[in-house]
Amino acid sequence: MTALLEVEDLRVAYGKIEAVKGISFSVEAGQVVSLIGTNGAGKTTTLRTLSGLIKPTSGKITFDGQVLNGIPAHKVVSLGMAHSPEGRHIFPKLTIAENLQLGAFLRKDKDGIEKDIQRAYDLFPILGERRKQAAGTLSGGEQQMLAMGRALMSQPKLLMLDEPSMGLSPIMMQKIMETIATLKAEGMTILLIEQNAQAALSLADHGYVLEVGKIKLSGTGQDLLHDDEVRKTYLGED
Amino acid sequence: MNELPQQLADGLALGALYGLIAIGYTMVYGIVQLINFAHGEIFMVGGFGALSAYTILPDGTSLLLAIPVMLIGGAVVSVAVATAAERFAYRPLRGAPRLAPLITAIGLSIVLQQLVWGFYPGAKSPVSFPEFTGDSFQILGSLHISRADAFVLAAAPLCMLALGVFVSKSRSGRAMQATAQDPDTAKLMGINTDRIIVMAFAIGAAFAAVAAVAEGLDKGQIRFEMGFLLGLKAFTAAVLGGIGNIYGAMIGGVLLGLAETLSIAYVEHIPGMAQFGGGAWKDIWVFSLLILVLLFRPQGLIGQRVADRA
Repeated sequence: MTALLEVEDLRVAYGKIEAVKGISFSVEAGQVVSLIGTNGAGKTTTLRTLSGLIKPTSGKITFDGQVLNGIPAHKVVSLGMAHSPEGRHIFPKLTIAENLQLGAFLRKDKDGIEKDIQRAYDLFPILGERRKQAAGTLSGGEQQMLAMGRALMSQPKLLMLDEPSMGLSPIMMQKIMETIATLKAEGMTILLIEQNAQAALSLADHGYVLEVGKIKLSGTGQDLLHDDEVRKTYLGED
Repeated sequence: MNELPQQLADGLALGALYGLIAIGYTMVYGIVQLINFAHGEIFMVGGFGALSAYTILPDGTSLLLAIPVMLIGGAVVSVAVATAAERFAYRPLRGAPRLAPLITAIGLSIVLQQLVWGFYPGAKSPVSFPEFTGDSFQILGSLHISRADAFVLAAAPLCMLALGVFVSKSRSGRAMQATAQDPDTAKLMGINTDRIIVMAFAIGAAFAAVAAVAEGLDKGQIRFEMGFLLGLKAFTAAVLGGIGNIYGAMIGGVLLGLAETLSIAYVEHIPGMAQFGGGAWKDIWVFSLLILVLLFRPQGLIGQRVADRA
């Protein structure tokens, strides 16, 4: 069986500086795959390249049997890839409901969209309570919920989450991680990027450790959690 | 001393004209952060497009029938030139340092002026435009509104209303807001931001064409360089209102029009200011107003500070 997402020898550069130096990994349907690594490891660059915001210098991205290289970002969404970006990037002056509707921008099924908006409110009740409020007035954690809810509105085959726990309180972080677990239980395929290695690896079927643009380690989430080097570098243990 | 209500009405008509042009600056800036200094020329070619459309009508066509044809002719030319400029001059420079597209815009403005000057028959001097003659409307007793002023006073609010509904209610309008707030994330929603940018240029150009028809009907002539000062004033209006905000552009335009008309009428009556009054000083007062507003509200009257946009 071929994987839902297959990345082969991907290289990405900003001018002369190469940020991603030939990485390969894959995501099987139904899996949660985590990419962990420190700042500047190339995690966000990798995700932005997958969704078409950045052009790779070389390498091949295959998603759901289709080569993505050269396909512009706004078309990648229609193939079933949703990207919740680092720093949330909700549309601050639009309401919560409008943000969610934009997540379903390419869908035509009005009833289905309404149903999915309701589902987002069920998943995150606070969003439902504030649906008419400008999204910029939400707290960081609430904005993260909105960003995730918005990404789900496109009915993706693959949900990519870039640092969903960044800057959140421990309680909010836990809530977000629980939601990811819920989505996983429902069978959603997720590519998760995190600095919070403990949380990301606990949820992951498979994990990759990225270091200065290269994959340094890979294995099942549990294997990596028990790896000495990972424990030392990413979990802060001696 | 002229009556104040008449001055206000004249100022309002002038302001509506500025506002219509200012929309083009503010929409493009709101989405791609480009000051399209060629927009004054987009306005100007709209005037020549309208005139061309008029000349192919049979002689003796009534002006009321001709105006819709002129509006369409002007809008077609303005939109075509603006979208071509976006496609071939500005799009290749997206991502280049801010100065590059700015200089390109100034260059484009000169090129468009010279093209019209060189190739439009008779455009080396002012070209006559069908003037909106006929009795002015008399309302509220002594208030006179010329037909050309009535045209712009009706057209500007209609255009604003249509734009407001489009931006806040339609799917494309919402995509436009999303693109203005966060273009990369808009792409992640599946929005073709290139198309949205073209749309912003096109709407601004169509409004400029409406303004050009209004200006032609009022003055009875159009000139190849008419976009320069009017464009600059409209840009001032957009900044005054808060560039990037469509309602701000109209408010800024109206304010500017009122300031201009009132300064012509009243400054010379202020004791000791007699030599600073009249038409010759109007631009001094208008731009002084801009400087004053920017000193106290750099973001414009209803604009947001850049830090708030992040």
